[in-house]
Amino acid sequence: MSSELEAVIGLEIHVQLSTRTKMFCGCELSFGDEPNVHTCPVCLAHPGVLPVPNEEAIRYALKIGMALECEIAPRSIFHRKNYFYPDNPKAYQISQYDIPLAVDGRLGDIRIHRAHLEEDAAKMIHVGDSGRIHGSGASLVDFNRGGTPLVEVVTEPDLRSAAEAAEWARLLRETVRQLDVSDVNMEEGSLRVDANVSVRPSGSEELGTKTELKNMNSFRFLERGVEAELQRQRELIEAGGTVEQETLHFDPSDGTLTSLRSKEEAHDYRYFPEPDLVPLAPTEEMLREARESLPELPAARIERYEEQMGLEAEPAKFLASDPGLGGYFEEACRVAGAEVGPGGGGVEPRVVANWITGDLTATLRQRGDEEDFADPTVSAEDLAALVLMVTEKKISHGSGKAVLAALVVEGGDPAAIVEREGLAQISDAGELESIVAAAVEANPEAAEQIKAGNQKAIGAIVGAVMKETKGRADGGEVNRLILEQLGD
Amino acid sequence: MIDREQVLHVARLARLRLSDEDVERMAGELSGVLAHVDRIGELDLDGVEPTTHVVSLENVLRPDEPRPSWPKEAMLDRAPDPADGAFRVPSPQADAQ
Repeated sequence: MSSELEAVIGLEIHVQLSTRTKMFCGCELSFGDEPNVHTCPVCLAHPGVLPVPNEEAIRYALKIGMALECEIAPRSIFHRKNYFYPDNPKAYQISQYDIPLAVDGRLGDIRIHRAHLEEDAAKMIHVGDSGRIHGSGASLVDFNRGGTPLVEVVTEPDLRSAAEAAEWARLLRETVRQLDVSDVNMEEGSLRVDANVSVRPSGSEELGTKTELKNMNSFRFLERGVEAELQRQRELIEAGGTVEQETLHFDPSDGTLTSLRSKEEAHDYRYFPEPDLVPLAPTEEMLREARESLPELPAARIERYEEQMGLEAEPAKFLASDPGLGGYFEEACRVAGAEVGPGGGGVEPRVVANWITGDLTATLRQRGDEEDFADPTVSAEDLAALVLMVTEKKISHGSGKAVLAALVVEGGDPAAIVEREGLAQISDAGELESIVAAAVEANPEAAEQIKAGNQKAIGAIVGAVMKETKGRADGGEVNRLILEQLGD
Repeated sequence: MIDREQVLHVARLARLRLSDEDVERMAGELSGVLAHVDRIGELDLDGVEPTTHVVSLENVLRPDEPRPSWPKEAMLDRAPDPADGAFRVPSPQADAQ
């Protein structure tokens, strides 16, 4: 087959909500406790018990729905999703079906199909094997997790590569994290991502047969798993085969995909309205409260950095990726008098952004540790002071970098470091003029070329001045003086 | 009409083992239930809001306040095969084969 096969990927993300108690009973949520200490007749499905929804979970779900710009259903309904499996003692999961809490949203460029509330299953420990699901004789069930509130977010199949899927999933995690409704920890399973993967000829509008990839507990594994599956499907189709709908388990240790071969009957869920629960009709007050509690989210922050602060797309995205970092950037701008925006006088936000995304990040990265910008190595005030000194030409850009490196390593006051290291820019016009004059004299060849109109030759003389001043001269001023002395 | 195959399918999903006699009887009874629903479907219900519940309540919720869980032993004692502080079950994979 000669035509390119385009990737079509949709994600299903399960977000465990960080409420204090379970979705339908008052058992406390926990992670890592001894098995089966957080159970009761409701979450163990004893006869005659009644589920009662956790209002905080509803609030969290509304926040997620709103953050994803979804329409909130005026009346949503809980359904029973019937299936037999030991992780689910009722033999059904309470979920939502045809009238979910939230529909038709968007995050970045990706459309959200729906977001609904449901309950998590218990944790199965498979005995007598090494973590693989196949081939075990007995299993132990730990119901601590059973009944944890979940929001399942389903995207439209709008993602076009494994890398895009992973990047978008990161944006979703960051968004949910900033809502403060979940720990969003993939390793601990409080954020779980499944991917629906298919390919189709480029330009086609039809969807190919999809497979569902499970068990990707990091963004890296998500990207690798989807990439492996895309490659498998492309090779299969190019060899004349067809993709079969199935659920696949990605093993990150060796990159293999294993079919879980669930019986086709397992997907016959026979949904029906949960008779134990009445409809959920968010009141005006619930909606207003959720709306008012939304913080500024990464997508909105990126837009603000670009449109109001004049940043390019890449630095805007980088700085908005983490609220600590974004706050740090904004604080540094404020201290440096840059909040007035581009062209408004003072330091431009773009310049502060350059220092953070460039030199500061590079220096911190060399050091190795992950930087926590809520408790930064170099305070926003010190960074702002440094940027101001460079902008006001009190020190050269090169000296600024040296001061920043010193701040990262030993901290301290930027002005004191400048003083101690003798980095203050030569501000005495006479002194700089005589150094420039000496450099011009020492480079007669370059001087002749400049006079003849070859501007590039100026580099040799500028270099000589910088060497003499140990970088303490302002490059622009040196240029101006050289041209002046050569008789312009 | 519910035929034999459909009864067996539903029985399988519900993990029920039915005798041939049961299957015949269930096919008849389930068909009767559906016929009854079909009759209800003949009613003119234009303009009647669909409901999913017999009581007209909404938003029956509880505050997010922990209540004591039950003693682990008390819960495990009711299980057929407790082991290692957990509920031991036959491997679900073996069941699915």
